[in-house]
Amino acid sequence: MKDPANDLVNETVNDPVNETVNDPVNETSGGPSDHPLLSIEDLRLSFGGVLAIDGLTFGVGEAEIVSLIGPNGAGKTSAFNCVTGFYRPTAGAVRLRGRDITGLRPSAVAALGVARTFQNLRLFGEMSVLDNVRAGTHLWIRQSVFDALLHTPRYRRGEREITEQAHHWLDFAGLRGDRYGPARALPYGEQRRVEIARALARRPDLLLLDEPAAGLNHGEKAEMLDLIRRIRDLGIAIVLIEHDMGLVMDVSQRVVVLNFGREIADGPPEEVRRDPEVVEAYLGRDADEAEIEQARASVAGGRDDGGA
Amino acid sequence: MTRRDAGPRSIASRLVDSLTENRWIGLAGLAIALLAPFVNATPYAISVMTSAAIFVMLAAGLNIVVGYCGLLDLGYAAFFAVGAYTSGVLSTRFDLPLVATLPAVLVATVIAGVVIGAPTLRLRSDYLAIVTLGFGEIIRITATNLDVTGGPSGIYGIPGLAGDRISFYYLTVLVVAVAVVGAARLGRSRLGRAWRFVREDEDAAEAMGVHTYKVKMAAYIAGAIWGGLAGVLFAAHLSAIAPSSFTFLQSALVLMAVVLGGMGSIRGVVIGAVIISLLPELLRDLADYRFVAFGVLLIIVMLVRPQGLWPARAREAARSTAPREAVR
Ligand SMILES: Nc1ncnc2c1ncn2[C@@H]1O[C@H](COP(=O)(O)OP(=O)(O)OP(=O)(O)O)[C@@H](O)[C@H]1O
Ligand SMILES: [Mg+2]
Repeated sequence: MKDPANDLVNETVNDPVNETVNDPVNETSGGPSDHPLLSIEDLRLSFGGVLAIDGLTFGVGEAEIVSLIGPNGAGKTSAFNCVTGFYRPTAGAVRLRGRDITGLRPSAVAALGVARTFQNLRLFGEMSVLDNVRAGTHLWIRQSVFDALLHTPRYRRGEREITEQAHHWLDFAGLRGDRYGPARALPYGEQRRVEIARALARRPDLLLLDEPAAGLNHGEKAEMLDLIRRIRDLGIAIVLIEHDMGLVMDVSQRVVVLNFGREIADGPPEEVRRDPEVVEAYLGRDADEAEIEQARASVAGGRDDGGA
Repeated sequence: MTRRDAGPRSIASRLVDSLTENRWIGLAGLAIALLAPFVNATPYAISVMTSAAIFVMLAAGLNIVVGYCGLLDLGYAAFFAVGAYTSGVLSTRFDLPLVATLPAVLVATVIAGVVIGAPTLRLRSDYLAIVTLGFGEIIRITATNLDVTGGPSGIYGIPGLAGDRISFYYLTVLVVAVAVVGAARLGRSRLGRAWRFVREDEDAAEAMGVHTYKVKMAAYIAGAIWGGLAGVLFAAHLSAIAPSSFTFLQSALVLMAVVLGGMGSIRGVVIGAVIISLLPELLRDLADYRFVAFGVLLIIVMLVRPQGLWPARAREAARSTAPREAVR
C-alpha cells in the first residue's frame, strides 16, 4: 500500500482541504446535480513503466451500484487506490460531484464522503470490534483534548453517541460475534462485516467494496448480497470489485470491465455478459468452443450462484 | 439487544476483569505513594521515591508515543532535557521562581516535539528509531558544549518548587498522578483511539479519515510535554542538572519501563516505571553485582511475560462508555 506517490500527498501538511475535514457536510451540500457523484476520467497509472491502469473512464451516480470486474491483475484495486488517494495517478482525473480530488491524501478524500474496504481485510486487530467501527466516526465526533482530559459533558455525550452508532452499524451489517473483544478474534466472514460496518459509520455517499464476498461460503455470500442492497437503499452509491459473476450480475446496475489496465466494456449486466471481448478476456485468445461456452456461462453467472 | 451481550465468558474471567479494570486500583496506587513516607522518611528514601515518581511521569509520556501510537522513540530523554534545561536556565539567569518558567517550558518542549517530529514522522518506524536516537544525542551534546547550559558541569542552584523534601515529594506525587490520569484519559479519547488506529494500520486509519501525520505529531507533542514537565520536576528535585543525566541510557530505561509494564497499558507502565527505578535501590546489598542482577531479572520477566507485566487488553468493558446499554 505504501508507494512513493503517497509521500507527495503527505507533503501538504496544511493544505486547505484539511480545514474542511471536520465539516464534510459543508463540502458535499449544494453540489450541482448535473455532476455525477463520482467520475473517473481517462485514469492512467504506471509503476516504473508497467501500466497498471491504461485509460479508465466511468461515472457513478447517486445510490447506484457499479461493478468493476476483470481478471486478476487487471488494475481494479489500483483504480480504487487512485480514487481514495492511496496512489497518485500518472494521468487523468478523479472528480467527486465535479470537484477534482486527484492527489488528495486519503484522509481528505474520506472527509469528502468516500469510504472503502480493502481486498485483504485491514482491521485494527488488537482493538475491540466496537473501537474498529468507532474509527468511522472519527471525523464527525466533536471532541477537543480538553473535553477528553476533563471528561466534560460533551465528551460523555459524544462517546455515548458513537458507541450507539457503532452498535447500530454492527447490527446493520449483521454481526453475530462478540463486539467487545478484539477484532482479530472474529471468524473471517464476521471480520468482513466489521470492515463494512466501519466504512458505513463514516456515513459515506460513496462506498468502494474490494471483493467483499471473497472467501465467504455460499450462505454468507447471499447475506453479503442482501447487505449490499440494503446499503444502496440507504442512498449510498457503491462501486463493487467482485469475481463472483453471479453476485455481480445480480446486484449491479452497471458493469465496467478492465483487462490489463484497459477498459473493455461499460454497460448494463445483460449487455456486458454477452460482449465477446469480455468473454475472451476471461478466457484468453486461443480457446476451443467448449471453453468459450464455459467462460460465457461463468461471465453470465448462475442464478443459484449467490442469488439465493 | 441480545446481540449486545459480551458473549459466553466464564465467571472467573469476569471477576478478573472487574478487578483489573477497576478504577480503585489507581487510587490504591496513589494511596501507597502518599503513605510511603510514613513507613520510611529518611532523606535518602524520600529522594529515591521522588525520583521514582518523576520516572513514572516519563514512562507515562513515552507510553503515549510508543505504546499508544506505536512510534519507537529511542531519544526520549531529549524532551526531559529540554524541560529541565529550559526551567533551569531561565530560573537561574533571571532569578525566576520555577513555576514562572512553565509557559516557556511548554513552548520549548512543543517546539522540540515539532522540530523532531516534522521531518521524521514520515519515516518508517525503524528509521524513526535511529533518527530519534540521534536527536537525543544531539540535545545532550549541545547542552555539553553551550555556555548558557553550563557546559559539561551543568547548572547549579536551581530553586525548588516546595519547602522541604517531604512536601516536594507530595507535590511531585500529585503532579505525576494528574499526568498519569491525563495520559490515560487521552488514551481513551477520540485522539487516543486515532493513535491506536495508526499503530494498528496506518492505511486503514487514513481511509477512515484519520490524518495520520497530524495524529502522530499530536502523540509526539503530548510525549514531549509530559517529558518536559517531568524535566522541570527533575531540576527542582536535584537543584542541579548536567548533561550526564540525559544520556541514551536514560532513554533506554524509560523505554524499558514501558515495555516491561506492557506497552499501551497505563497501569502496567506505572508499575514498570516503579520497578525500573526502585529495583536497583532494593538490590543495593548486592553492591557491584546489582546491575547484573537487575539485567537478569528483566530478561527473565521478558521471557516469561513478553507482553509485559500488566498488558493492555483489546477487550473493552461492556459498561465503559455506554452505561445504559449494559443494563438492558
Ligand atoms: N504498489 C505497486 N507496485 C508495483 N506494481 C503494482 C502495485 N500495485 C499494483 N501493481 C501492479 O498493477 C497491476 C494491477 O494490480 P491490481 O492489484 O490493481 O489488480 P487487481 O485487478 O486488483 O487484481 P486482483 O483481482 O488479483 O485483485 C498488477 O500487475 C500489479 O502487479
Ligand atoms: Mg485487487
